[in-house]
Amino acid sequence: MMDLEPIWLSLRLAALTTFLLLLIGIPIAYWLSRRQSLFRIIVEAFITMPLVLPPSVLGFYLLLAFSPNNALGKWLQEYLSLQLVFSFEGLVFASLIYSLPFMISPLRSAFAQLPRSIAEASYTMGKSRLQTFFYILLPNIKYSIFTAAVLTFAHTLGEFGVVLMIGGNIPGVTKVASIAIYDSVETMDYASANDYAFLLFAITFTIVLAVFIFNRKAIKSPFE
Amino acid sequence: MIEIDITKRIKTYRGTEAFRLKTTFQSHIITRITGPSGAGKTTLLKIIAGLVLPEQGNIRVDGETWFDAAMKYSRSIQERQVGFVFQDYALFPNMSVEEHLQYGTADPEYIEQLLSIAEMEPFRKNQPHRLSGGQQQRLAILRALSTKPALLLMDEPFSALDEALKLRMMVRLKDLFAVQQTTVLLVTHYQHEMQEFSGAEFRLAQEDR
Repeated sequence: MMDLEPIWLSLRLAALTTFLLLLIGIPIAYWLSRRQSLFRIIVEAFITMPLVLPPSVLGFYLLLAFSPNNALGKWLQEYLSLQLVFSFEGLVFASLIYSLPFMISPLRSAFAQLPRSIAEASYTMGKSRLQTFFYILLPNIKYSIFTAAVLTFAHTLGEFGVVLMIGGNIPGVTKVASIAIYDSVETMDYASANDYAFLLFAITFTIVLAVFIFNRKAIKSPFE
Repeated sequence: MIEIDITKRIKTYRGTEAFRLKTTFQSHIITRITGPSGAGKTTLLKIIAGLVLPEQGNIRVDGETWFDAAMKYSRSIQERQVGFVFQDYALFPNMSVEEHLQYGTADPEYIEQLLSIAEMEPFRKNQPHRLSGGQQQRLAILRALSTKPALLLMDEPFSALDEALKLRMMVRLKDLFAVQQTTVLLVTHYQHEMQEFSGAEFRLAQEDR
């Protein structure tokens, strides 16, 4: 019988990361979409780094940063009782950084494509920036929000390098589906590896298919 | 009365140029602002609305300061409470005709009155992508009126309407402006357009720069 724990752990990690990144990513993407400055370009370059950086490099630096032997890890453990190495919380934190560009990039482009005049029209009607953001800007990028959320979810689901570096392979805590495949192959248990791999493939394919179907509608949007 | 004395550097195809303007507009009448392309008609409306800020000068509306570069003061766009009809309409794609008006007013009777002025009742549930160009332009006018602004700034507001509908709407709009004591600045590309409806004309020439 297949152990479904790694699959549930992956789904939990992906759902939590997507939820948190929606909260963090939407305001950052909006800020980045405003007029360019050198500082914004530098921030954007940093956010994009996980797209091009080998996951092991990112995982290595995060491992160093979170280690209780170093300043940040020590501070987190002493003052917040937070142990980020070899823990589920650590995986979530690493996933937030690793998947950030997948959330930010589609949202930033969507905000940038909105005509400036629709926000201006709202301001002339006496609406604040916050009201304009929630009633005008956000509803008009809903397709991009969906795409960004789904991409982030799918990407977190398939995460391997960073997870291995930060979380290791602790059953029920950090042993997510991608690690379970690696583990099964190492012990020559190809049947289990195949089960996990097929399930991940099926889930990811369904998600990507859903994005394509949903976005067929988005093409009819006035901004496309 | 609107008193304007400003300088704004604007980018044109000839490079950066200074847009200088010193003039007054009378309150409670319709003033047509005419002039050739690139004379700064749209920029002028945006400066009055607070969407574009000049580098120098001041703007006073009915005795109140809206902008004063020397004092580093600019009243916020929201506080200026102008109605603005954008040349590109700037409609909200997520809202129906009715929702556009509800965004500006909570008064259902006034919404009905506005819909009737522009003959838009049959399209009340339509979102902008299900409206023709002319219907979109009419909605842009109604949305600007929904907040009952004391000052209405209209940038080429009738360019997509046929002559007969434009005349019917103007008659009804003139009545509404009279009741609400609205000051209207209306940008039009054609010098002789809307002549019969406006109380004054201000010609913005390129030499004004």
